[in-house]
Amino acid sequence: MRPFLLLVAVLLTATPAAAQIGDTNYRLGDQVQEQRAREIGKELRCLVCQNQSIEDSDASLARDLRRIVREQVEQGASNEQVMRFVHDRYGDFVLLRPPVNAATILLWATPALALLGGIFTIWRVRRRAPGIGPTELTEAERQRLAKLQGDQRA
Amino acid sequence: MSDRAAEKPPGASRRKLLVYAPLAVAAVGGLGFWAMLRGLQDGSFNPRGVPSVLIGKPPPEFALPALATSGLPALASADLRNLSRPVVVNFWASWCVPCIIEHPQLMELHRQGVPVLGVNYKDRLREAQGFLTRHGNPFQKLGVDQPGRVSIDWGVYGVPETYILDRNGNIRWRWAGPIMPEILAQDVRPLLARLA
Repeated sequence: MRPFLLLVAVLLTATPAAAQIGDTNYRLGDQVQEQRAREIGKELRCLVCQNQSIEDSDASLARDLRRIVREQVEQGASNEQVMRFVHDRYGDFVLLRPPVNAATILLWATPALALLGGIFTIWRVRRRAPGIGPTELTEAERQRLAKLQGDQRA
Repeated sequence: MSDRAAEKPPGASRRKLLVYAPLAVAAVGGLGFWAMLRGLQDGSFNPRGVPSVLIGKPPPEFALPALATSGLPALASADLRNLSRPVVVNFWASWCVPCIIEHPQLMELHRQGVPVLGVNYKDRLREAQGFLTRHGNPFQKLGVDQPGRVSIDWGVYGVPETYILDRNGNIRWRWAGPIMPEILAQDVRPLLARLA
């Protein structure tokens, strides 16, 4: 119990170091430009620790790419130009938001397909519903029922 | 009692089929998972692999300085045009452990006369030289990319990384990770023979 409490105490008092990862060396002086560079960086996947953006990752390659993004923003490149520069080198994989093309259309269409499938299923079930509800008794059932009721009366 | 079977509601056989539906879904899922594991094992499926966008294209323009102490000539994109035979371009660093594992295979290619060209990635010059002195030099030419910018132009995302260029200077193959003896036998040699 003691070590556990100690661990909890340490975790509660520790500063969120992960939240502070970032390269303070290559911040742009201009706040507007720095903001744009961050927006671009958040769209780009770090190729080393994949599932993190280059803004979040502390890998050396991510640091280099952050620097490239800032250099280009400083030189007046548009967001699209910077993204194209990185995309030309690393392909679709580097984009955290995959582009719509032949290879990714199924990925993008999945939510719509799931919704359509659900609507179709509901429609089918609804249409069939009256058939499942109360129906006429068959002749055999009626006889059996009469017999049971007769038994009860007796 | 005998007429009870005949009273089966009409949708019963279909409902019976539905019981097997989850089983079928599980079977298909299991098969897919098995195929994925097989692919992971033999290397044909790599979920973390970044496909190169340069396949079929010439490498980017670049000119890298030489590693002075090695006495090897420097490397530039001009060296990768109109070749007399296919070449291997290898990105490496002295701090990279898989590079040590891969090195004997590069040495073997070099001994067999395959031109192996090197790019030393983000390294200290003295340590890069130390690596070559200790493990041997497989490179015909060697460029030093300390800022790592040329490597980014190639789409390199880690070391070691290896490219094979055909005689026209177009990139035909890229391998991210160490070239193990199996890859040398299964991929590198057949491709070099085909491109020769």
